[in-house]
Amino acid sequence: MESGSSSSSSKVLMENIVDQPHVLAVDDNVIDRKLVEKLLQNSSCRVTTAENGPRALEFLGLGDHRHNALEGNVSKVNLIITDYCMPGMTGYDLLKKIKESSVMKEVPVVIMSSENVPTRINKCLEEGAQMFMIKPLKQSDIKRLRCHLMNSRS
Amino acid sequence: MEVGQMQRQWLDYTKSLFLEGFLDGQFLQLQQLQDESNPDFVVEVVSLFFEDSEKLLNDLTSALGQQSVDFKRVDAHVHQLKGSSSSIGAQRVKNACIALRNYCEEQNIEGCIGCLQQVKHEYNMVKNKLENLFRLEQQIVAAGGSIPMTELGF
Repeated sequence: MESGSSSSSSKVLMENIVDQPHVLAVDDNVIDRKLVEKLLQNSSCRVTTAENGPRALEFLGLGDHRHNALEGNVSKVNLIITDYCMPGMTGYDLLKKIKESSVMKEVPVVIMSSENVPTRINKCLEEGAQMFMIKPLKQSDIKRLRCHLMNSRS
Repeated sequence: MEVGQMQRQWLDYTKSLFLEGFLDGQFLQLQQLQDESNPDFVVEVVSLFFEDSEKLLNDLTSALGQQSVDFKRVDAHVHQLKGSSSSIGAQRVKNACIALRNYCEEQNIEGCIGCLQQVKHEYNMVKNKLENLFRLEQQIVAAGGSIPMTELGF
C-alpha cells in the first residue's frame, strides 16, 4: 500500500536502524549519559546526547525556535532514548511532545527509568513509547532494543 | 614485582571488591565496554562519578543543614547519587542512598543526617578501593602487561 511520504520515511527509518542508526540520548545524569552513549556506540550507533528535554527538542527542531517541517529533521534521528525522571520536562513530557509533532511522531521513543513502576510503564507505552527499559542499562538491553526495533514497525 | 604477580594481585583485589559487596555486576558491564578504541573508559566514567558525587554530597550536607530542610531538594540529590552509583556498580553506596531516601520520605532529619554519614563513609571506601585498583592497573600496563579481565571468571 502506497501512502506517500509517511511510509517511505518509516522505511528509511527501518533501513537506518539496520545499519548505523543515529540515536538521540537524553538524560540529566552525566554518568548515565556517558554510559548509554558508549553502550549505543558499541552497537554501531551514532549518538547525540542531550541533558534535558528542552535541549533535545531544540536538536530535533521542535524547540521554541521552530524550524519548518523539513525532511532533514526526520532523517536526523532514528531513535530517541530518554530518561523518565528529569527535572522540569520529564521523559514522559518529552515523549508527548514528540508524538504531537507531525514531523517526529514516527521516530521510536524508548523510555528508561531506575524505578520499576507498572503505572508509569503503562502510561508511557500508552502514549506511544516503543519500549521501557529499567536502569542501569546493560549491553543485553541494547541488543534487545535493536532486535525489538527491527521486528516492529514504528 | 613482576607482571604475573601484579596480575594475580589485580585479580585477587578485584574479586575481593565483588565478594565484599563494594562492586556489583554493573561494574563488569563497564569493564566490558572498554576496548582499544576507548582504553580508559572505566577510569573516565569512574572519575566522572567521583566528581559528580562529591558535589552531590556537598549539596546534601548543605541542604540538610538548613533551618528549614527542603526534603524535595534532598530527595532529588539522593536520587541522582543513587542513579550514578547504581550505573557504575557501586553497590554499597547505592544501598546507603536507598536508606537515605527512606528517611527523606519520612521527613526524618536526624535519620537523614545519620544516613548521609553512612553514604559518605561508603563513598570514601569505594573511592579508595577503586583508586587502588586503577593504580594496580597502571603498574601492570607500565610493566608491559595487560589487565587479565577475562580471568575474572564471573
